[in-house]
Amino acid sequence: MSARPTIADIVRFVKHEARLLDEKRFEEWYELFTDDAHYWVPAVHGQTDPKLQNSLAYEDKLLLRLRIERLKSPLAYSQKPASRCLHVLQEPEIEKADADAGEYLTRTPFIYTETKADESQRYAATAWHTLVWVQDRLRIRLKRVDILNCDAMLPSIQLFL
Amino acid sequence: MGSMARYRDDPRALERLIEADRVHRDVYTDPEVFQLEMERLWARTWIYVGHSSQVPSAGDFITVDIAAKPVIMVRQTDGSIRVLMNRCAHKGTKVVSDLAGNAGKVFRCPYHAWTYRTDGSLINIPQKEGYEGTRLQAQGLPVVKNVETYRGFVFVRLSEQGMSFRDYFGDSLSSIDNLADRSPEGELELTGGCLRYLHNCNWKMFVENLNDTMHPMIAHAGSAGIAKKLWEGKPANVPKPMAIEQFVPFVSDYKFFDDMGVRVYPHGHSFSGVNFSIHSAYSSIPEYEAAMKRAYGEERAKKILGTVRHNTVYYPSLTIKGAIQSIRVARPLAADKTVLESYTLRLKGAPDALLERTVTYNRLINSPMSVVGHDDLHCYRAIQEGLAAEGNDWVNLQRDFKDGEAGEFNANGTSDVSMRNQFRAWREFMCS
Repeated sequence: MSARPTIADIVRFVKHEARLLDEKRFEEWYELFTDDAHYWVPAVHGQTDPKLQNSLAYEDKLLLRLRIERLKSPLAYSQKPASRCLHVLQEPEIEKADADAGEYLTRTPFIYTETKADESQRYAATAWHTLVWVQDRLRIRLKRVDILNCDAMLPSIQLFL
Repeated sequence: MGSMARYRDDPRALERLIEADRVHRDVYTDPEVFQLEMERLWARTWIYVGHSSQVPSAGDFITVDIAAKPVIMVRQTDGSIRVLMNRCAHKGTKVVSDLAGNAGKVFRCPYHAWTYRTDGSLINIPQKEGYEGTRLQAQGLPVVKNVETYRGFVFVRLSEQGMSFRDYFGDSLSSIDNLADRSPEGELELTGGCLRYLHNCNWKMFVENLNDTMHPMIAHAGSAGIAKKLWEGKPANVPKPMAIEQFVPFVSDYKFFDDMGVRVYPHGHSFSGVNFSIHSAYSSIPEYEAAMKRAYGEERAKKILGTVRHNTVYYPSLTIKGAIQSIRVARPLAADKTVLESYTLRLKGAPDALLERTVTYNRLINSPMSVVGHDDLHCYRAIQEGLAAEGNDWVNLQRDFKDGEAGEFNANGTSDVSMRNQFRAWREFMCS
């Protein structure tokens, strides 16, 4: 890569992130996040506060690690049989780019399917990636996923959107 | 469905489903029993509707389904709260479809514009002369007559006849008192939105689980147990993240949960955590504790904060956690379908750190994306499916069973006594 990421680099990164989830390459996925990163799935439209308002998920790296360890654990009975997922992405758009600060925001509408045995769930959602350029690598500082019907009654969602 | 009306017309058949130490699987799986539960248990008992802080101003409303019936809870101009059936007197249209809002001065039916005051009375029918000489009466939105607000918690009894609110809940209301007393101002505000988790199981599996303390160390080994492992070996002086503090006590040992103790009350209510609970060891928030001492004095503040109950079940609809200020509401949809609504409460006069702790807990435990929630729902669903098996029609409630259990008393925490107590109430309201 060059000293600064190109648009193509950023788009490739966002697509790669979804692919790692679909292929359950969670250890590689975890490494995409900065140490202070969050993965956020709001519970209402336009939610601005993850701390004093309820979210479906708001996870720091410790909680992401917990989920990854759980998915490997034979004690996670809700993963018998294991869930599978697929992200079908629209082309990511770059919403904001601050090349000097090395910060980028992308918007990626997608269709997400999560299956477990005979059950299948499908969501329309938008992913917002706040990316930072550190040590010649793109990393995720915040991945926010707005599920279109985030305020509907929802069944267990066990993998990562 | 040749089996329909097997129970409706035969009270003895319903009674036979409940024995002192076991219950027949039909109470969880049979659609007719579910229908009868809505008509009898859920109509004759006091059901939680909402919190008064959701409707602070005149005309503010929320809509919910109580016992499968659509209702509106609305603040009146005189400050009181009414609960109305959400049904136009004309064609039966639901008058309000929003989950919450402000009606202004009137509810207006979207179909033919019949309009009602917020007290439910009919104001106007367009082209009313068309009804001259007919037997039309000025009927409004049906008013639910039996409504009680206790420290902001609004309950209804749909059935016109029945037990009074105080007789029904008795001293179990002490858990709501403790929750509200935890505010330096003695008042709560429901805030932060709602998590709505669809459960493909019978509502009773959730309600029974709240004081089942034999499951956490097993069912949550693959979630809370992992949190415990991730933190193991960290030096004691490293501050514990809130998530670790909240997850790890779930996988305490049998002795811990047994020593917690459980208390049961007449009509199905109970709480575990008589002596202490999984919420007892949370780190202190000095600013809050100081505010409590200022408000109540040292001794009383200590007593309020030293009452650290686990789950209190206000049978059958409401479950509260005073010590963490979150509540869960069961809204049954079918014999094998229930939605659980989880809410967070702000303690008025307390710093935001308390609400942040509440919201964190609610997200970690009660969200459709909660790993602890995944553990529990997996087991409930596995029961729903397992009960279809042949060879055993009964669900076991025998742990620490003693003949002649009745009334209000304490027991060891891992006893099944709270479940037996719930089914005594079930039988009381279903079979009378």
